[in-house]
Amino acid sequence: MSRPKKGRVEKHNKWGYIFLIPFVVVYVIFQLIPLVSTIYNSFYENYRMGLIQVGPNFVGMDNYVSLFESGKLLMYFKNTMIMWVLGFVPQILLSLLLGAWFSDTRLKLKASGFFKTVIYLPNLIMASAFSMLFFALFADLGPVNSVLQHIGVIKEPYSFLSHAASARGLVGFMNFLMWFGNTTILLMAGMMGIDPALFEAAEVDGATSTQVFFRITMPLLRPILIYVLITSLIGGLQMYDVPQILTNGIGGPSDTTMTLIMYLNKQLYSKNYGMGGALSVLMFIVTGILSLIVFKAFAQRKEA
Amino acid sequence: MRKKLLSVLLCTAMAATMLTGCGGGNDTKKGSSDTKSKVTVSDGGKVLNIRVWNEEFKTRVTDNYPGYEKVSDNEGKIGDVTVKWNITPSDDNAYQNALDEALLQQDKAAADDKIDLFLVEADYALKYVDTDYTLDVVNDLGISEDAFKDQYQYTKDTVTDSNGKLKGASWQACPAGMIYRRDIAKTVFGTDDPDKIQEKFKDWDSFKAAAKELKDAGYKITSSVNDTYRVFSNNVSSKWVENGKINVDANIKNWVDMSKEMVDNGETNTYELWSSDWQNGFMKKSDVFCYFGPAWFIDFSMGYTDGKPIKGSVVEDGGWALTTGPQNFYWGGTWICGANGTDNKSLVKDIIETMTTNQDVLKSIVEKNNDYANNAPLMDSYKEDKSFGDAALGGQNPIPVFSEGVGKIDMSNTTSYDQTCTEEFQAAMKDYFEGNTASYEDAYATFVDKVKVKHPELEG
Repeated sequence: MSRPKKGRVEKHNKWGYIFLIPFVVVYVIFQLIPLVSTIYNSFYENYRMGLIQVGPNFVGMDNYVSLFESGKLLMYFKNTMIMWVLGFVPQILLSLLLGAWFSDTRLKLKASGFFKTVIYLPNLIMASAFSMLFFALFADLGPVNSVLQHIGVIKEPYSFLSHAASARGLVGFMNFLMWFGNTTILLMAGMMGIDPALFEAAEVDGATSTQVFFRITMPLLRPILIYVLITSLIGGLQMYDVPQILTNGIGGPSDTTMTLIMYLNKQLYSKNYGMGGALSVLMFIVTGILSLIVFKAFAQRKEA
Repeated sequence: MRKKLLSVLLCTAMAATMLTGCGGGNDTKKGSSDTKSKVTVSDGGKVLNIRVWNEEFKTRVTDNYPGYEKVSDNEGKIGDVTVKWNITPSDDNAYQNALDEALLQQDKAAADDKIDLFLVEADYALKYVDTDYTLDVVNDLGISEDAFKDQYQYTKDTVTDSNGKLKGASWQACPAGMIYRRDIAKTVFGTDDPDKIQEKFKDWDSFKAAAKELKDAGYKITSSVNDTYRVFSNNVSSKWVENGKINVDANIKNWVDMSKEMVDNGETNTYELWSSDWQNGFMKKSDVFCYFGPAWFIDFSMGYTDGKPIKGSVVEDGGWALTTGPQNFYWGGTWICGANGTDNKSLVKDIIETMTTNQDVLKSIVEKNNDYANNAPLMDSYKEDKSFGDAALGGQNPIPVFSEGVGKIDMSNTTSYDQTCTEEFQAAMKDYFEGNTASYEDAYATFVDKVKVKHPELEG
């Protein structure tokens, strides 16, 4: 009696695997093979000297050693994280606030559809176009400087891109502007998924909206928050387009806006697949570790 | 819990592979200087492929090459051969990247896709000239050496490889001078006469004194420290790279010292060349006194868009004047190289020969485009010509100033690393001038690091 039943399950299982094939094929071709070949490349000396190809010659860990020897790696990692934090902190705060307002049924915001669209719009502009715009706006003789001079805040034009704080601040600000809409939409979706009965119960019990936010919304939002934090962290580590265009690829002043991926891009000037590979593998490891830490930190609190 | 952890790991792996992917690609080609055996030069091809980075050479050919018919923006015809222009801008090294890939594939490319002609600039000419990817214009293409006898020696030195073979030619020479504002000169120095202004700027000490005078009158001597860079870097006595080791010449160090002093005194700025702040000095309302540049700079860059003066620019009413300045120098220039593997040998030969040695063509380039042609007797004939003048310079004839300097250009200290070194050095020193880097030594260390990233074969 049980035999034919088991056979049917197995038959269904077969279809499951067949449906998985497209994903696996795409994953192997576009993810796994590049990943393995990157790791493979990182152990070889392989670059171009003008038009002459050098290598590939097996050099063991030499590429990793010279990456660390240059001493720049930690600095670029620090730059990347500073600029990510500068963008992420205001982004998550504003997104939580906006998300709470938009999803609050008591507020009954008018034209919320319109505002949701508007805050998402900056994300639709290409990062490079956005950076070009800021580059022009904050030039020494650009409009921002002339406005500031007109209203008497400053006498001489202030070179925003020649000072570490303002250059990093601009990068952070642009990332914030570009991504807060996206984060708001995500958090809002999370908030609307919370059972309204909980809010009603809280209201009946006389909770203030602050209490509702911190005692009900935030705890139940945790899975979405983890997701937002991890994706943003990975995106932040891969920060490239904004500082690249804003500083003309230099990462100035004094390398303070140079990110890891900009450094990777520099390696490709000489088609240096060895060093590029080593840098990518390091980033892969760092990304993995950071994501684990974030995930663990949130998960543990839940168990406690 | 387990599953979640696994899924997070997988997500991370996927996201991370997205970025590691670009480090991949496994090019197994080894030592490719043996191309000569793989590609052959032939004749009778149907398509002539030309690689360039801007419109300049296309305009010169369209205007001056006999028998060239324009078909569309990027296509033309010479007889029954189709001419295809492949334009890649030089920003961020894009031109060279594209050219390198194509040259490395030259032996595998279909006949109609093979590169026939490409252009190079002085800063990186040796990178191509010193390989078998370029054709010897005398021995491979068969242009007689005699045809080049009137060309300026430095234009030939630039494209001569380490075995003494001539691998390209140019239609222009780029001796340069100091281009200053007539109105500011009158206000501050009481005259705009080039000879009297030259007295004020005859060497670097006078230049510094004049900078102070201009500053006191509320003007900036140059738009950026980088304006004077080429004047120093053309008068060096050692190379950027000596025996595989990065080297900064004493004269380049002089530029650093002078520039630091001038920036600290507020006599100039630190803008990057070609940035909008730097270009702002082309406008009448700006406080910039002078720029340094060759003929193409005046008539191609200084406040022109699409060949017409911008409204409010100094060129609009010919407000500039030209003089030699503290030292002779050159800037830029474009050389035509024949690509090894071309299937249009005779056409390549004829284009190089006609465009760079034909008197009528060169004459029309001078008169139509105000370029400084690569032909000594021809340019000398303009020296005394009172009727010949440049509208941007208020009708001043620039040839006497340029021709005085052109014989003094020395190319013996160029390397294939000049472009990288120049770019990275200016960027690193900008931080030093602005006080973001504590000392010259720190800025120098940054510069060495950056060059080594681009050229791993070099030593610091």
